[in-house]
Amino acid sequence: MSFLHRHKGATPYLLLLPGIVWLVLFFVAPLGFLGYQSLQTGTFDTGYTFDWAFSNYVDAVRDYHEQLVRSFLYAGIATIVALLVSYPLVYWIAFRAGRWKNVFLILIVAPLFVTYLVRTLAWLNILADEGPVVGLLRDVHILGPDGRLLATSFAVVAGITYNFLPFMALPLYVSLEQIDERLLEAAEDLYASKRQAFLRVTLPLSAPGIVAGTLLTFIPAAGDFINAQLLGTPKQYMVGNVIQSKFLDVLDYPSAAALSFILMALILVGLIAYARAVGTERLTG
Amino acid sequence: MRWVKRHLLPAYAFLAFCYLLLPIAVVIAFSFNAPSGRFNYVWEGFTLDNWVNWDAPPGIQSAVVKSLEIGVISTIVATALGTLLALAIVRHQFRGRGATNMLIFLPMSTPEIVLGASLLTLFLNRQIVTGFGTIFIAHVMFIVSYVVVTVKARLIDFDRHLEEAAMDLGANEWVTFRKVTLPLLAPAILSAALLGFALSIDDFVITYFVSGPTQTFPLFVWGAARVSVPPQVNVVASAIFLVAILVMIGNVLWGLRARRARETMPHAVPLPEQLHQPEAA
Repeated sequence: MSFLHRHKGATPYLLLLPGIVWLVLFFVAPLGFLGYQSLQTGTFDTGYTFDWAFSNYVDAVRDYHEQLVRSFLYAGIATIVALLVSYPLVYWIAFRAGRWKNVFLILIVAPLFVTYLVRTLAWLNILADEGPVVGLLRDVHILGPDGRLLATSFAVVAGITYNFLPFMALPLYVSLEQIDERLLEAAEDLYASKRQAFLRVTLPLSAPGIVAGTLLTFIPAAGDFINAQLLGTPKQYMVGNVIQSKFLDVLDYPSAAALSFILMALILVGLIAYARAVGTERLTG
Repeated sequence: MRWVKRHLLPAYAFLAFCYLLLPIAVVIAFSFNAPSGRFNYVWEGFTLDNWVNWDAPPGIQSAVVKSLEIGVISTIVATALGTLLALAIVRHQFRGRGATNMLIFLPMSTPEIVLGASLLTLFLNRQIVTGFGTIFIAHVMFIVSYVVVTVKARLIDFDRHLEEAAMDLGANEWVTFRKVTLPLLAPAILSAALLGFALSIDDFVITYFVSGPTQTFPLFVWGAARVSVPPQVNVVASAIFLVAILVMIGNVLWGLRARRARETMPHAVPLPEQLHQPEAA
């Protein structure tokens, strides 16, 4: 410790060193290797050689554009639905739940305490063909007599929405909870209707929460493959399913690496566009 | 009509909570199911057997133990690294601050599948055998950022007068850190560790890529899902859930008590002004 005293300027670097080394070795370097792998050609049996094979990217987009589009479509729908479902709920908690706020917050994050895979499997029970939900929908003729929910896009999007909803709800709650209620009173004193007060005061003030929630929901949703695998069929597969099977079943590493980079690049582009639209201040808090 | 308007939002909240909690109820309920065949999809009768013989399916016990082991050691390491990073970022001026913040933010905004895939590529290229060690490396990597965010939030609100007071009273930097800074940061560090542990035992995607032959509980569930999921999986998931909820409730109660204590005894901690007062002659 005396070392720190004599060299005060070194302190921050010593504090940073272990964490930064870990992140550089196991986050940055792996991305480098992934990029390197994505430009190789060859097969698992013959071995891979590095020869700037940008064609891997072209081939990946050509072969899997369907899954790529589906990933962003499903993730986009799930994010919007999660926003619409959780906004009124956290609004109620922030402004109407009184002293029970913390209890209701625990209820919102409760799903996260059930192992991800197990809570996804629970939807298998709920949406099962012999289950009560399908039975009801068949009785009221929303579904045909052989109609099912499992193995459809609906099931996959519903699963994604459910799994990532707490990540939308929490930042939303934080931003709503911080709103000074006197501002709303002031708006009403100035003859704003309830509706105007909401649209002109509450909604804009909760924007940081909407932005944070959208990112926290959309990014993991776009890379997800578990919901499509467990609740869907290959017709609902997303880009995550392709990456996963290429890496771990087919052992086609270059193509899988190229797809991973495409997924990341698309998310990054979306992130930057989103940041431009809403302002970077709000993005990084 | 007004009655409807007034009760619309609470009614909606009630329905939304039903939606959020329904799958949890299903998981817990089916842990008490007595399926006649291999599939635990349809309710067939109540039994406690699954809870009593929770370790009956081969491999489930060792998977749970592995998950706990990895959770504990990667949480300890990640909490230490993350707390140091947070201290450096909030307390010190240094070159490369923006880059450091970026490096901490990026792993959280990268899809897990990319993190897992890139780590696997590294291990394959460097001929590192995947297993317990590589899972540990991966978990520390993705938990660190969450620890930094949690501890940083607390450090920013930190009342530095308390540390100045300690220094004025003759404590050196190290003693001040140990006796003042660390105890005051303890709740934040504990929350960060709990969050890290929860993330670790729940992680499937990254672990799946770097696990080699090692099996954690989520990997066991994945393997079982390809054939049939035994009700004991619901037992373990329910148990983890109950422990987590109890910890959460304990945390909330602890926070309430601390707040109440502070409100009733505002001067329990000496104020800096009082410490600065010259001693009576």
